[in-house]
Amino acid sequence: MTDLVGFIVIMALAGLAFVMQRAAARVGSEAARSVLIDRIDSLLPQTQCRRCTFEGCRPYATAIAEGRADINQCPPGGDETAAALARLLGRPAKKVDHRFGVMPDVPMVAMIDELACIGCTKCIQACPVDAIVGASRHMHTVIAAACTGCELCIPPCPVDCIAMRPASESVTEVIRLAPLPAAHMV
Amino acid sequence: MLARIGVRGGLRLDAHKERSTAAPIAVAPAPRVAVLPLDQHAGEAAIPIVSTGDTVAVGQPIARPGAELSAWLHAPISGRVVAIEPRPAAHRAGEASMSVVIANDGRETRYVPERSLSDYANITPLELREWIERGGIVGLGGAAFPTAVKLARATDRSALSLLLNGAECEPFISCDEMLMRERADDIVYGARVLLHALEADECVIALEDSSPQAADALRAALARADDARIRLVTVPTLYPVGGERQLITAVFGREVPSDGWPLDIGIVSQNVATAAAVARWIRDGEPLISRIVTVTGDGVARPRNLEARVGTPIAELIAACDGYTPRVERLLMGGTMMGIALPSDELAVVKATNCIVAASALDLQQRAPEMPCIRCGNCSEVCPAFLLPQQIHASARANDLAGLERYGLMDCIECGCCDYVCPSQIPLVERFRTAKPQLAAHLQARASARASRLRYENRRERLARLEAERRARLEEKRRLARQKV
Ligand code: SF4
Ligand code: SF4
Ligand code: SF4
Ligand code: SF4
Ligand code: SF4
Repeated sequence: MTDLVGFIVIMALAGLAFVMQRAAARVGSEAARSVLIDRIDSLLPQTQCRRCTFEGCRPYATAIAEGRADINQCPPGGDETAAALARLLGRPAKKVDHRFGVMPDVPMVAMIDELACIGCTKCIQACPVDAIVGASRHMHTVIAAACTGCELCIPPCPVDCIAMRPASESVTEVIRLAPLPAAHMV
Repeated sequence: MLARIGVRGGLRLDAHKERSTAAPIAVAPAPRVAVLPLDQHAGEAAIPIVSTGDTVAVGQPIARPGAELSAWLHAPISGRVVAIEPRPAAHRAGEASMSVVIANDGRETRYVPERSLSDYANITPLELREWIERGGIVGLGGAAFPTAVKLARATDRSALSLLLNGAECEPFISCDEMLMRERADDIVYGARVLLHALEADECVIALEDSSPQAADALRAALARADDARIRLVTVPTLYPVGGERQLITAVFGREVPSDGWPLDIGIVSQNVATAAAVARWIRDGEPLISRIVTVTGDGVARPRNLEARVGTPIAELIAACDGYTPRVERLLMGGTMMGIALPSDELAVVKATNCIVAASALDLQQRAPEMPCIRCGNCSEVCPAFLLPQQIHASARANDLAGLERYGLMDCIECGCCDYVCPSQIPLVERFRTAKPQLAAHLQARASARASRLRYENRRERLARLEAERRARLEEKRRLARQKV
């Protein structure tokens, strides 16, 4: 009898230990998974353009970490990003799959034809990085320095007044890239 | 006061100075035609205030600053404005810059400025700074940074020190040395004007220990001025101690942060020649229309220092030094280490022209074929910026941007010391110069990506919050509706 009680107690303790171990392992792998997602996300270009078919760079990073997506689905990142992802994950390198999109040769930003804009705010709702400012029934405009060139604002515009232009032609870009005055030597 | 202060890194180079310091400063003849690029200072181009056909006098303002960071420009000769058009410019290595072109009428008519400020001590520092701006004065050490802007940025600061840089930063250049020898009083006068304009407490004039004559002249001038705020410090002659950051470390024992300015540690530095130009403007009413230019090198017959009007074609300076020798191979503006090659001697002297080297093969370092790096460490020993050039080079070859960043490529001042000592004849600086824009673009892209990520995440959070609030409101309405029923 006492043998049986002892056996039950021992089995119960063992079972408890097993459950706790599993829980601990899950917490541990949860942390490891989020570190991996962070790492993958840090290699992505943050264009947030959804060409990869996910809702943005981080969701794509999550999908890669969970084995739901391949590493060659980000056209803005190009072959370089695909190669960096391959290095990080210890997989063979791959070229970007062009079925996900082809990028223009130079970085582009969106520009709104401000005279044509009817102020419908549709583009604001589409912009993943809040790069458009404007208010209902008023002119809208793109903050070129914040625009990632994702092109998501183009389809929703009912009057087709948004176009992509080379970033180098935008005023803010010109200011940003202007050489600093050489003040380090007298 | 004499102090020897240790300097890290650097090279003891053959200064090649004896050649150009044997004769006193001579005045170069005024040019027949003066070409004055409107963008010859750091910052925005100046905007012309004269038109083609106008008659101008010596010292008359011909262009006003185009922005906050810009400078006045004055006519260096009297005559007629014959064109305002793009002309090849020396500071752009022969690329065109919009320029005012004046034909000399030989009359040397003088323009009289609205005021003379020899009683500068009685006006406010603000007024004085404004008047200094009107003199078109820029840093004469090579970068041509508008002096008035430097002064304005330094206001509202306490415990400012003024550093007057008399340490020539390259071999060959001796214009500052000759200025200190012959016009020490101008420098001291300029120092006092700048002290008042800056409301600074002290001024250190720093020069190299290889210039005893200059030190004597300055000491005598200081004795005449009898101003306890100004003192003299000599530093070892080591290239590139004349670089602003390196000199500050040597004189004040403090380091300028790599992403900051000397002003961040309370120091305003000016070249000695800039101080002399300030003196000429405030005391004599003569704006910056001329400067001392070292004309030297094995390719010129009689190397010497010339006081040349801004806008004088370099060919006329060479002629004033009895022309070229048959050995001349290349023309450089600035020294041989950091200077730029000039495609033609028809280009005109600009405010930044401190030195013209007519170089022969002897002057230029003859390069043997490049060999692999032997890891001797010579380069890191001489690097004044505390870098490991061999590592930067390895990263550059491997196209390893992370390595370039880690080894501090952006802190490289392109002084060429590492190049000079490398036994394997590796053109290190050249590689660094090519790699810098790549790294800069990479850093910029990364900063943009960070910003985009943040904006994206903030937006998602905001949308989620709005959605939750909407749901809560809906829930509340439903509950109320149920209660009513
Ligand atoms: S395709 Fe667009 S959204 Fe997807 S990871 Fe690349 S940049 Fe980000
Ligand atoms: S403005 Fe248009 S192209 Fe630019 S980030 Fe926003 S949605 Fe994308
Ligand atoms: S979608 Fe088009 S019309 Fe509507 S606010 Fe944007 S730019 Fe203007
Ligand atoms: S060129 Fe750059 S790396 Fe080479 S010694 Fe000078 S600062 Fe150092
Ligand atoms: S001096 Fe030249 S050979 Fe020596 S470690 Fe530096 S790069 Fe290599």
